[in-house]
Amino acid sequence: MNASRSLSLRAGLLSALILLLVLAVWHVATLSSTPVAAAAPALTPEQIEYAKLMGKDPAAGGAPAEKSGFPTLAQMGQTIAKHLSQPFYDNGPNDKGIAVQLGYSLARVGLGYLLAALVAIPLGFVIGMSPLVYRALDPFIQVLKPISPLAWMPLALYTIKDSSISGIFVIFICSVWPMLINTAFGVASVRREWLNVARTLEVTPLRRAFEVILPAAAPTILTGMRISMGIAWLVIVAAEMLVGGTGIGYFVWNEWNNLSLPNVIFAILMIGIVGMLLDLMFARLQKAVTYVD
Amino acid sequence: MRHDNRFDPYNPDRPLQMRCACGQHASAEEHLSAEAALTELKRRSETAEFEAYSNDFIEASLVKALFPQDALRRRFLRAVGKGTAMAAIGSVLPIASLQAMAQEKGALEKRELKIGFIPITCATPLIMAHPLGFYSKQGLDVQVVKTAGWALIRDKMLNKEYDATHFLSPMPLAISLGLGATATPMNVATIQNTNGQAITLHVKHKDKRDPKDWKGFKFAVPFEYSMHNFLLRYYVAEAGLDPDRDIQIRVVPPPEMVANLRAGNIDGYLGPDPFNQRAVFEEVGFIHLLTKELWNGHPCCAFGTSTEFIQKNPNTFAALYRAVLTSAAMAREARNRELIAKVIAPQAYLNQPETVLTQVLTGKFADGLGNVKTVPDRADFDPIPWQSMAVWMLTQMKRWGYVKGEVNYKQIAEKVFLLTDAKKQMKALDMKVPDGAYPKITVMGKVFDPEKAEAYVNGFAIKRSPTA
Repeated sequence: MNASRSLSLRAGLLSALILLLVLAVWHVATLSSTPVAAAAPALTPEQIEYAKLMGKDPAAGGAPAEKSGFPTLAQMGQTIAKHLSQPFYDNGPNDKGIAVQLGYSLARVGLGYLLAALVAIPLGFVIGMSPLVYRALDPFIQVLKPISPLAWMPLALYTIKDSSISGIFVIFICSVWPMLINTAFGVASVRREWLNVARTLEVTPLRRAFEVILPAAAPTILTGMRISMGIAWLVIVAAEMLVGGTGIGYFVWNEWNNLSLPNVIFAILMIGIVGMLLDLMFARLQKAVTYVD
Repeated sequence: MRHDNRFDPYNPDRPLQMRCACGQHASAEEHLSAEAALTELKRRSETAEFEAYSNDFIEASLVKALFPQDALRRRFLRAVGKGTAMAAIGSVLPIASLQAMAQEKGALEKRELKIGFIPITCATPLIMAHPLGFYSKQGLDVQVVKTAGWALIRDKMLNKEYDATHFLSPMPLAISLGLGATATPMNVATIQNTNGQAITLHVKHKDKRDPKDWKGFKFAVPFEYSMHNFLLRYYVAEAGLDPDRDIQIRVVPPPEMVANLRAGNIDGYLGPDPFNQRAVFEEVGFIHLLTKELWNGHPCCAFGTSTEFIQKNPNTFAALYRAVLTSAAMAREARNRELIAKVIAPQAYLNQPETVLTQVLTGKFADGLGNVKTVPDRADFDPIPWQSMAVWMLTQMKRWGYVKGEVNYKQIAEKVFLLTDAKKQMKALDMKVPDGAYPKITVMGKVFDPEKAEAYVNGFAIKRSPTA
């Protein structure tokens, strides 16, 4: 107990050290690119005017605003503070706070993922219990599984004719496979003895499914669900960048449109954090259903 | 207590935030200046003077569109009289907002509309009509929705997610013809902007100002069916280069043009503003030439919708048309341009540094080579959708093999560019239809006669032969 505590303490210290190191490298790397407040003697009026049009007012002294170079740590800090100080504002359809955008994305992911689970888990059960169905469906699964979300998008837009439903469909189609395959695998590899015991006790098929197979396969099913959630969160950003409108992917696109790197980096950070939280949630769930033989 | 406290901590009507109240601006000061710009523009738009001007503008645009040659207009008016002419035009064109109609509008079939736009300065009239309240003045509840790309604009129009939209002016022609889309009749109601594009090159090509030296260059344009593509092809072909073999033209979204230019992936682009000026601002490119130097007054983007929408909602369409035209009238006035830049710069609209937009709209700009240039008509907003423009676009589509076989230039142009209906109906009313809407066009010194479109296509040395 004591050893594990000291390990986690040391690991935490090491993490903090790595973070500091990364930040220091960032700081040093961006330091050189900040312009020296150059003495501006002997500029003709035209040169001064030109410099002003380029966003570098020589009279104001340095600080070229809103250029799209790599941000310094201070600029990054300001950006983060700015977005987090007002996460919920809503200025019409094209300008919303970061929390609102994340909310839209999470709602889409949630809906698409739920639909995928509703299809994948029952179907995975059937496939897992029947070798015949498994063999029959396997080629389709193998072909559909590796298709990239962005490849589905044009087809979805063309056939569904609604961009937000298309987004949800793409989440669905990309997160359905890991759940399906894992469920089928989990169900298929339930121990023979347990099934045999159930058979000798003449348990009804429904009861067998819920009381024998489901608990036994639950850890594998949850692994599939966890992988799927990771994929769904990856997909939403790409889909929203393509379709636009709302969501964190749209936010990235819109800031990219403005060539604003600090905002893009901020968005990347948020995507990472939310993805991590989602994964943690499934890790907890997984722990809850795991059992020791 | 001081009276000049700009944060106004004791004002019960203002939220006390050290940054601005709406979250759009870095400081309260900036917010106030943006708000002041909006208020000033609104005030200007509400003067009787502007109203009269804008009414006149709409009416004049209309009449001019019907009668491109002034002699013809006078002959026609003398023949039928002013009243008959007004009634005729009023009854045939959905715009028909001749001043009388502005007062008694028909009932709107649809009030809540969604209009798509791409965040470039070409969309100025469409966008600014929103904060200035021109849509709501027409009784419309309009959402202007920023869209991620031209292909998506096309899809959302076909899906009917948008009621009307910002188009590249050749897009309605292409969609109506079924090029790169399922054939669906679309219409161009007005041209959104004229001029306003440029060829931007990487700073390392400062000494390669002659297009003859561009062999092997990689260029970007925003969309296949765009004036950008056609003008770039035309320009390099005039210099003796084959745009399909000697250079490479890629379709790249405008913001990525700047990033790709910086990375050296492309040598230049013919793109929409503000991304030409943005490349200068980022110190990665310079403005080689303004497209105005190729064809002064060329159309670029358009405002349009599907034919079905117009037929189902004629009054709504008329109201929308009036709002956009009022906005164009406002945008055409040079004195408004600086304020307009302020109004459309925030995140909800173009999301660009204000100084970049000001340079594009006022025409006083840094060219990336150390010069300050003054070109007041760098961007303009002449709304008339001349059918000769459509015919020219079709000739270029034919020239480069986008359309194959026989092309009935005038028929397609008249179907898509909205002046047509007027003529058809005038015929039905037994009126003498003016010949027109086909003024001649000069592109790079060469006069284009829309009557001889096929000969024009065949006259080019560099083109895709129909069999190739």
